[in-house]
Amino acid sequence: MQPVPLVLLLLVLSSLAFYLGRRRSLLVANGGIRVLHSLPDYYGYYVALWCSIPPLLLLTAWLAFEPAIITKLVVAELPREMRESEQRLSLVVNDITNIVKGDEVGGQDVDPSIQAAAERYRHLQGLSGTSLALLALVFAIGSGTYALRNIRPELRARNRVEGVIRFFLIASSTIAIFTTIGIVLSVLVEAIRFFQKIPITDFIFGLKWSPQIAMRADQVGGSGAFGAVPLFTGTLLISGIALLVAVPIGLMSAIFLSEYASRHIRTIAKPVIEVLAGIPTVVYGFFAALVVAPLIRDSGVAFGVNISSESALTAGMVMGIMIIPFVSSLADDVINAVPQALRDGSYGIGATKSETIRQVVIPAALPGIVGGILLAASRAIGETMIVVMAAGLTANLTANPFEAVTTVTVQIVTLLVGDQEFDSPKTLAAFALGLVLFLATLGLNIIALHIVRKYREQYE
Amino acid sequence: MSKPVQTPGARPENAPRRKTIDTVRAGLARRYARERRFRFFGLLAVTISFIFVALLFTSIIATGHQAIWQTQIRLDVNFDAQFLDPEGKREPKVLAAADYSGLVKKTLAEAFPEVTARPDKRMLSDLLSTGAAFQVREMVTSDPDLIGKKQSVWVTANDTVDMLIKGHVERNAEGGAGGLQQKQVAWIDQLVQKGQLEKRFNKTFFTRGDSREPELAGIWGAVAGSFYTLLVTLMLSFPVGVAAAIYLEEFAKTNPWTDLIEVNINNLAAVPSIVFGLLGLAVFINFFGMPRSTPIVGGIVLALMTLPVIIVASRAALKAVPPSIRDGALGVGASKVQTVFHHVVPLAMPGMLTGAIIGMARALGETAPLLMIGMVAFIADIPHGVVDPATGLPVQIYLWADSPERAFMERTSAAILVLLVFMVLMNSVAVVLRKRFERRW
Repeated sequence: MQPVPLVLLLLVLSSLAFYLGRRRSLLVANGGIRVLHSLPDYYGYYVALWCSIPPLLLLTAWLAFEPAIITKLVVAELPREMRESEQRLSLVVNDITNIVKGDEVGGQDVDPSIQAAAERYRHLQGLSGTSLALLALVFAIGSGTYALRNIRPELRARNRVEGVIRFFLIASSTIAIFTTIGIVLSVLVEAIRFFQKIPITDFIFGLKWSPQIAMRADQVGGSGAFGAVPLFTGTLLISGIALLVAVPIGLMSAIFLSEYASRHIRTIAKPVIEVLAGIPTVVYGFFAALVVAPLIRDSGVAFGVNISSESALTAGMVMGIMIIPFVSSLADDVINAVPQALRDGSYGIGATKSETIRQVVIPAALPGIVGGILLAASRAIGETMIVVMAAGLTANLTANPFEAVTTVTVQIVTLLVGDQEFDSPKTLAAFALGLVLFLATLGLNIIALHIVRKYREQYE
Repeated sequence: MSKPVQTPGARPENAPRRKTIDTVRAGLARRYARERRFRFFGLLAVTISFIFVALLFTSIIATGHQAIWQTQIRLDVNFDAQFLDPEGKREPKVLAAADYSGLVKKTLAEAFPEVTARPDKRMLSDLLSTGAAFQVREMVTSDPDLIGKKQSVWVTANDTVDMLIKGHVERNAEGGAGGLQQKQVAWIDQLVQKGQLEKRFNKTFFTRGDSREPELAGIWGAVAGSFYTLLVTLMLSFPVGVAAAIYLEEFAKTNPWTDLIEVNINNLAAVPSIVFGLLGLAVFINFFGMPRSTPIVGGIVLALMTLPVIIVASRAALKAVPPSIRDGALGVGASKVQTVFHHVVPLAMPGMLTGAIIGMARALGETAPLLMIGMVAFIADIPHGVVDPATGLPVQIYLWADSPERAFMERTSAAILVLLVFMVLMNSVAVVLRKRFERRW
């Protein structure tokens, strides 16, 4: 039986269990509902939970282990020569699962032993499905009956049910921790495997990046160098340009909107700038390639500068546009948090508005602004789609914004999109880059939060 | 900003008070100029942001709206029984296997009796899309009674013809206009004059999956892929996010454990999306062996990404419910769980839903993690479930943006427009929800 109908069936069974449990509690109460510890519904939920949780646990465990066990059983029956080498075996297993799924396998004639194995796989799968369904139903009915017989007036059904609810709440809140652990582990494990093949110093200090590894000795251009310095500089160059665009514009818009603009203008202008934050990054990437790159190239021609169409300037500028609202809304918050009394004091001793802003408001808001800029920088470093679509692929160690550079995120995408073999340094390198990216953004965020917290002025 | 009156000569040198005011006055013009400049820079910054927004939208709308129309050619097809179904049994198999490509080519050739040379004939049939034959076949298989009749059919033209009609290629360019020979351009002009060639509503774009041929490519497959992905995301991240928020806001005491959880949530919100893609690749695909390129894996990864958004929004919504509600419920004897689930959560629900919708809108536009888990494959079929290989709308945009054909450019823009329409819709639902159900206490 397929899992989905099985789950639906279990759902139906549990609603039946709810009904039975509720009725039984009323029967046990013998007319006087006040002798019951909990409301009748809680007895119903109690039985329903007993009826559904054990089979669902069984189902999860079964589905997690089923493919591995079946594969093992099938492999044990294969002819000896197929099992001898690890590589051959994995290919054979791949073929078998493909046949089972009903896909075409390369080549017309399939080895009869593989065909037989696939047949057996299918048979075992069917067997496993049926036994799972039967076992799950037995579990459901068994534990449901147990719970049903357990119902007595003094049974603390509500406490039991609430215990389950609390457990679910706590489990949900730990998902965030597990996600972080998952990220760290997945990136770290693969990165360590990478550093076993390529020394870590070569990766961090190497000046040449060309991850193509030669399959044959005579192949051209496959040196397999993994020096990530050009990627780091490229990322910093593009992010730097982005911040050069976003910080002045974002900061000045925030100042103008919070200090100068009338309410009317503010209610219109703020959402319009926020729109920039809601636009998907892939749209910015297309915009960069469609509008900004030709524009910059043409203006370069007009000034007699040769600008690559994948220049760092294009990617940086568009990325800057993307983070304008980020900077402006953060700056807006901290500027608004500066109390009016400070401004009034400044006006009182005769300062103009801009003097007040520059010499009173901004210094008071500075920690928040710096924190916001650091957060924007971490956003820029981790941004992927804009650079994938608008920046180059070749690693160039240059500080010239008119040339094409590549970034960490671009390389992760190019290394991992398309066909890939695991264990090759090329694939593992992506995870090493991911580790660097994760640590860099994490570091920036921690520093930013620290600055904001430590230097924040406390106003009454 | 009146100019300060300066009275030179009326300043005795031994009066310091006058001296200060004079310094101030002397500096006023400069200070006011500075003030004006500062204000101007502020206005400039806002204007630049506005220009960017305007430029972005006009450039995308300007190229995207053209994809709504597609050049089509009217053919007066003679559904010849001899040609399509020589045995006359109307068997579906025979009907499906007939030579429709030959039929449409023949029909077009009949419109140009003067074209006889073989290479010319081939050039003539190149005006039609390869999809034209499928279009006619679909008509016949769905309605076999057509056989033996004559009917005029609008079939899709090749994308080179489309680009010429839309004026994106130089008509008289040397060596042919955008892949068209001068002869072909002349034929196209003849067809236009006879009213046999015109731009019509591009139904293909909204109903089909991806294709290598721009004129046959549609976004429906990507829309369906995005739908299934978001379905998985919503079903995972909403219950889990709300439950986590309830625990942290209503039950948890402040201790190192809950501090750790909060720090983790804040950090997850700042992790670059591509790192979540790496997580999906390493854990769900390589470790758990889940199928590549499927909405279920994409949905799980996006759910982990949107979780912080939903938790933060849900906590804010729970915080907004006044303590008196809780006190009242506890006072009449409700348990803690009953208080929360019967009284607090229903009041916070609009805020939670708003947060969920905003999180979904963000997940809809996310591309990078989907690239990592292989949802970038070329998939022409429309997915029908969470385990079918699929792409998503943003990934489709990325794929088309990479395609060299000029005709894909307007389709990319049109796909962006569709994506933006969905996002605007979701966000306006969130705004309406907030406006309508938000309660002020």
